[in-house]
Amino acid sequence: MLSINHNRCDLCGECIKACPFGALTIKDERVEISAACRMCRICLKKCPNKALLAADGIRKTADKSNWKGVLVFAEHMEGRIHPVTLELIGKANELGAKIDHPVYCIFIGHGITEKARELLNYGVDKIFVYDHEEFACFREDLYSNAFEDCIKKSKPSIVLVGATAVGRSLAPRLSTRFRTGLTADCTVLDVKENSDLIQIRPAFGGNIMAQIVTESSRPQFATVRYKVMEKARFIDNFSEKLTASEISEKIEICRLPGSKMKSKIEILKVMPKEKEVSISDAEIIVAGGRGFKDKKDLEMLEEMASLLGGQTAVTRPLVEAGWAPYTKQIGLSGRTVRPRLIITCGISGAVQFTACMNTSECIIAINNDKNAPIFQAAHYGFIGDLYEILPLLCDEIRKREIRNAV
Amino acid sequence: MNILVCIKQVPGTNKVEVDEETGVLKRDGVSSKMNPYDLYAIETALRIREKTGGTITAVTMGPSQAQDVIKEAYMMGVDEGYIFSDRRFAGADVLATSYTLSMGIRAIGEFDLILCGKQTTDGDTGQVGPALAEYLEIPHVIWVKGIEEVDENSITVEQDMADCTAIVRLSYPCLITVDKDIAQPRLPSYKKKLKTRNRPVKIMSFDDFADKNEDNYGLSGSATKVERIFPPDSNDDHIMFEGTGEKLSREIYDILVKNKIV
Repeated sequence: MLSINHNRCDLCGECIKACPFGALTIKDERVEISAACRMCRICLKKCPNKALLAADGIRKTADKSNWKGVLVFAEHMEGRIHPVTLELIGKANELGAKIDHPVYCIFIGHGITEKARELLNYGVDKIFVYDHEEFACFREDLYSNAFEDCIKKSKPSIVLVGATAVGRSLAPRLSTRFRTGLTADCTVLDVKENSDLIQIRPAFGGNIMAQIVTESSRPQFATVRYKVMEKARFIDNFSEKLTASEISEKIEICRLPGSKMKSKIEILKVMPKEKEVSISDAEIIVAGGRGFKDKKDLEMLEEMASLLGGQTAVTRPLVEAGWAPYTKQIGLSGRTVRPRLIITCGISGAVQFTACMNTSECIIAINNDKNAPIFQAAHYGFIGDLYEILPLLCDEIRKREIRNAV
Repeated sequence: MNILVCIKQVPGTNKVEVDEETGVLKRDGVSSKMNPYDLYAIETALRIREKTGGTITAVTMGPSQAQDVIKEAYMMGVDEGYIFSDRRFAGADVLATSYTLSMGIRAIGEFDLILCGKQTTDGDTGQVGPALAEYLEIPHVIWVKGIEEVDENSITVEQDMADCTAIVRLSYPCLITVDKDIAQPRLPSYKKKLKTRNRPVKIMSFDDFADKNEDNYGLSGSATKVERIFPPDSNDDHIMFEGTGEKLSREIYDILVKNKIV
């Protein structure tokens, strides 16, 4: 529908002159649009104040039977598949099997066509490959165009994207382009018989979980963080056994028209970052929270972590206080972890924190408040003062090391 | 240069209660503040204006008390501010929020550069920025941690890509979301507070927007729906220990040995 921002309109009359249908008039010092408007949009171009607007509104009802499949955005770093992709494929396989939908991947990059075969070994039914030198670096506009093209071709019911730097940039762009729903950082995904995706995530910034559905539009977008879902099973030698014609059926090479390959974004330089071991990959984590009274007390945490051969991590208040870098933060606004062991010290356990560590194999919690919610997430809860316990525990471990050394 | 900053008022603490019957936030009596990431967006805008000149407009969406964050933005040096406030905007998800913002921004004017914080501390999703860029049909870059260069036609930024850093040039109009490392935000100044005391926060409602279809805003314009809310899962087989520091540290040690950690 055509509409007017009256406060931007200076009644210059350009639109009225331009309208081929005589649909515009000035009445009571306002431009009025009559039913004669055919939405040709000529007036939009003529208005010097950009006061006219063709609002598409929000599309809301979709015929669900027209949308079938689970599409996974396959992220990679120069051809190396990002592990979150395999986790998303694992979930997509499970969802797809439940409602009898195929599993698709979209793979965008340069010189990656050969690599696409690798994904077939994880049970993906079809891969849409966009391989072009213009896709060498991530550029939101070109990648969005490819993604849009793929969705229009494959019409998936569900689209899963990793909550990475690239995924977080693309998913809201695409969900908005299709005027549909997006749920970020889902911790649990399931599907109803009618193909509605059940999306569960911590919500409202409070200590509460929400179950969210996109019930009347398609596709349904969800982002999931690394280390939240189980990796897809690898089927040995699957792609090697396929014939050439089977491969060409499963891997579709896609091209965009020239008009969709023009970018407003220019990548001048890409610099590798110093490789730091991410807490997401740590096997053992010792984490500290507001129970620490001073920045220098975090040395206890460091010592404990180094004795166990693990890493330290913190909660958001400590990052906000400047006591630790953002890369050390566990939580919704930080990282998700799934180590063999995590010891939380002086952490009360808001859901934003626990949702990002509660799949750890062994959780030991130390806190002086016996009602702290962290004890609900912990396998072993210790009600006590971390300032007493940590030094004694360090001593104990050191003694053992000495005993072992002798 | 016309710069726009999108800001939001968030709860001062994350201990927010939710009414389990209705799923509505109980915000009454809870202190509120400006989303911390937005301070960095404002600071970035101020530094760009120092170089290029121009004006900075701040916009927010929310109930009328949310104009406090615009007042705070004035105290940091922002020139103009708007609040989009209407009952019909309530209950908006990403899609409806970014749509409402885009309608409000189109009603105000043209902007070269739009800045947003990386994410909010109450929603934590960081989705509204890119979604808004899509509605405004302009390119965006998220997670900007440095500004390399600003000129009349374009901005060159340093983007954090987790495993690498990219130097990216965007021509106007465009939208960026900024991360905390970008610049230390200045404190609101008392002098500016006095000076801007009478500066109004312009209020815009549904009636000021071009799209007059109520169904496109708020809850009815949202594509996602919260079906139910529930307390987080708890781990049922947890074992609790109490006692002196010695006893507890010994017990933790035994668990570490049992699990072959030490």
